Amino acid sequence: MTKVHVTTSINGDETEFLCEPHDTLLDVLRNDLSLTGTKEGCGSGDCGACSVTLNGRLVCSCLVLGVEAEGAEVGTIEGVGEADNLNVIQEKFLEHAALQCGICTPGLIVSTQALLAENPSPTEEEARYYLAGNLCRCTGYDKIIRAVMDSAETMRGEG
Amino acid sequence: MSEAKKFNFIGQRTIRPDGHDKVTGKANYAADLALPGMIWGKILRSPHAHAKILKLDTSKAEAMLGVMSVATFDDLPSVSNEAIQSGEGAIDSLDLGRNVLARDKVLYHGHAIAAIAAKTEAIAEKALELIDVEYEVLTPVLDLHEAMKADAPLLHEDMFTQGYPEQPEKPSNIAARHELKMGDVEAGFAEADVIVERDFVTPTVHQGYIEPHACTVSYNTEGQSMVWCSTQGHFDVRASTAKLLAMPLGNLKVIASEIGGGFGGKTTVYLEPIALILSRKSGRPVKMMMDRDEVFRASGPASAARLTVKVGGKKDGTITAMQTSIAYEAGAFKGSPAMIGGMTAFTPYNCANVYCETFDVVVNKPKVAAYRAPGAPQAEFGAEMAVSELAEKLGIDPVDLRLQNAAKEGTQTVYGPKLKAVGLVECLEAAKNSPHYKTELKEGEGRGIASGFWFNIGGQSSVTINMNPDGTGTIVEGSPDIGGSRASMQMMAAEELGIPLNDLKPIIGDTESIPYNQSTGGSRTTFATGMAVIEAAQDVVQQLKERAASLWNVTPDQVEWRDGSAINTAGEGQMTCAEICAKCEKTGGQISGTGNVNARGAGPSFAVHVCDTKVDMETGKVDVIRYTAIQDAGKAIHPSYVEGQFQGGAAQGIGWALNEEYVYNDDGVMENAGFLDYRIPLASDLPMIDTIIVEVPNNFHPYGVRGVGESGIIPPLAAVGYAVGDAIGANVSELPCSPPRVLKLIQEKG
Amino acid sequence: MLSAACVEVDPRKRLDVSMAMVFFSGELQRFTGEEKTSVVALNYRELLGELHNKYPDLKNSEITEMAIAIDGEIVHEPLLELIPEAAELHFFHFIAGG
Repeated sequence: MTKVHVTTSINGDETEFLCEPHDTLLDVLRNDLSLTGTKEGCGSGDCGACSVTLNGRLVCSCLVLGVEAEGAEVGTIEGVGEADNLNVIQEKFLEHAALQCGICTPGLIVSTQALLAENPSPTEEEARYYLAGNLCRCTGYDKIIRAVMDSAETMRGEG
Repeated sequence: MSEAKKFNFIGQRTIRPDGHDKVTGKANYAADLALPGMIWGKILRSPHAHAKILKLDTSKAEAMLGVMSVATFDDLPSVSNEAIQSGEGAIDSLDLGRNVLARDKVLYHGHAIAAIAAKTEAIAEKALELIDVEYEVLTPVLDLHEAMKADAPLLHEDMFTQGYPEQPEKPSNIAARHELKMGDVEAGFAEADVIVERDFVTPTVHQGYIEPHACTVSYNTEGQSMVWCSTQGHFDVRASTAKLLAMPLGNLKVIASEIGGGFGGKTTVYLEPIALILSRKSGRPVKMMMDRDEVFRASGPASAARLTVKVGGKKDGTITAMQTSIAYEAGAFKGSPAMIGGMTAFTPYNCANVYCETFDVVVNKPKVAAYRAPGAPQAEFGAEMAVSELAEKLGIDPVDLRLQNAAKEGTQTVYGPKLKAVGLVECLEAAKNSPHYKTELKEGEGRGIASGFWFNIGGQSSVTINMNPDGTGTIVEGSPDIGGSRASMQMMAAEELGIPLNDLKPIIGDTESIPYNQSTGGSRTTFATGMAVIEAAQDVVQQLKERAASLWNVTPDQVEWRDGSAINTAGEGQMTCAEICAKCEKTGGQISGTGNVNARGAGPSFAVHVCDTKVDMETGKVDVIRYTAIQDAGKAIHPSYVEGQFQGGAAQGIGWALNEEYVYNDDGVMENAGFLDYRIPLASDLPMIDTIIVEVPNNFHPYGVRGVGESGIIPPLAAVGYAVGDAIGANVSELPCSPPRVLKLIQEKG
Repeated sequence: MLSAACVEVDPRKRLDVSMAMVFFSGELQRFTGEEKTSVVALNYRELLGELHNKYPDLKNSEITEMAIAIDGEIVHEPLLELIPEAAELHFFHFIAGG
């Protein structure tokens, strides 16, 4: 198979790569671009560990082909916060101990960021349903939801 | 043992030291390592649940362009039947070898037969199709009752049931039988006014860690080979892998990556020995990862079980006899935690007459591995359901009945010793007084309450604390961090040293850099590794005092250590840790403390959970509407991570009770090998999980710590199961309480 | 009289030395035929020696691989353990966790 040349933007950086037509965006991010913050938990879009944004929309990168990134803007965990400064969501996750093993955390943070961009004042139920696509096996979600609600409050300036 | 004192750090909710890397995606897990020249390994897996391998020909695959090496069972140097250290107990290395790569028989659908390493994943997968295998398909054994019959097809012709006075004449699928007893259950039942006798069934479930098994390895003929993998015990990976490959231990370095969940399922090896063979034969580093399908089909789930439970009680609430017979599925090779089920089933009760009989039975399913308090959830599910039903029939509140018969200090256990100080009574009282329990149920809601017992273990841990000239230090420990334990290690060391928390950095050393550490599991880490950390920190403090003494020209016992500084009690002078460390070169060299423990006196952790459910009577769907998890932590070093263990265990137990099960077809093929249909709880399934930390100190730990990691998965099975039955007015006997099963109960009730 | 005062008495032969009570698990009872026995032993090695003398069939058992609870305290590696006075001892298998 001939590889396809793709030009895209990852976390605001112009990026080029070559990939097979059947490679997923997840494969490309992890294996070709060394952006291993996005994780593979299932490869079938059921666990959310591979969550990224594609043109601002939350997607499972294991269900997106690498070639679909052509001309698009991809947002990964590596683009959340700044080099020397965690953002509110990242800080609240740490403050609330909303992670134990941490494997689901990158996906959850990307998803939370997408949730709060869409809905700055989610109810607990809205947050739980929005994040239902991000599986966590360690925490039982309690502290994650508290971190999300606290993030929302802080970002609204009410915290 | 530290006196009850004001702690500076213990009990605080600090920010975990490894947190930054975890929330930025920088932390490196098993699949995150790439090495120059690396190639990819893939495994050929059996399409049959039970078959003889008549022919295995890998020549066409080896000839394919891009294929670099091939591995089969023949590449494992002759594996003898000795026990090797793996996980927390000894296992049979022949069984391990045959599970890693099938020898002459495949024993479950998905059983690994051969492996290929190639330049790309795609080439490796294509090459698998060129491996020629001829099978003689045999009838699979998929059910406990069927497996235990005298005329059942045999998985192993040389399996004779252990545990009877005379070894049976004929082989069977029953690997072992265990019996535990005390008192006289017959007499006990004769005394009882009410007897409850029920059969229960629990399914095969998976630990469900979100990170699949993965490793990157590099074989080095001349020197050290390297394995990078996610594991709960890198020393055990080294022991198992070196044994299977007949390598000296010193030739194999194992580095524990960050681990994306284990829960007991990552205490053994699947990929590592195969990857090393492929690396040796190709001369290249090899990366192998299981996909989610492989994780379900071919790693180590937890045993399905069938049990009968009988309990008897008098009108005054005294439980007079408790009895159970439980069969556990071991999967393809012997070694389910059957005996542990018998040891734990009735341990929350002070009952003089107890009898437990358990069976370890092989079936054509993947070999089971540990899962959070292995063996206990199945057994205690049955026991707690029966006790709750007994309470109902006696007209006694279920908490009160448990309180009246609660195990406490001095209670005789069925497995031998008497309990030391434990916190079950305190947990039950906390449950009784909880806002949850005091809230009355509404129409259509049901409530269940259950206790849980787990021993917890101690074992070997080794820690070094190296102090830098600027007074900061590194805590080098050897317990892979599966839940945030590094935070607690940092706190315990800072507490002893009296220096700022963030001056200490905990890291997990590899097998080359530190002495042996037993694996992370058994609820041992905060207890045993914590003890080693404290010992190492106290060693550092002693050395700091000696160095200060030498600078002041006094004796060490004239130096007091207070709040991170040395005080000269024989004259003038105070020096901070940093000041002493700055002069370390002049006073004898770098300061480095060690703690080396084989920790004993691990205190059991009792748990009590309360669950309220609501059931949709038209669909059988169950909602958990309120949940409280209460457990004895001895002393909570970091309350957030202790609560996290309670909540995580509760969520897994709720999944076990409501949704999770392996669904097999008649050919022994798992039909729901993915997260869509093997449904673990989602954020939208659960309410907030309230927690109450009880602290009855364990005096064997300087701060009173009890391990908490495991007990929390035990009560949910019966707390949820009984709540469902309570809501619909029927007896629940089979888990999970998935909608079809619940609907059937509703319809049968009429 | 002087010579009697200088005689060393083997501690195990002293009348006031306490016996340890050893309880056998169901599994070990197959080799001992008994639920429990009393033994005089200062340490684990002596304990095993005494038990093997009393129950020769124990050599076919896994007793040397087992953990031991000494007065309720579980010790997984008992090789160097001292046996306290009037101790209650239970043998059982290594407990694995998850």
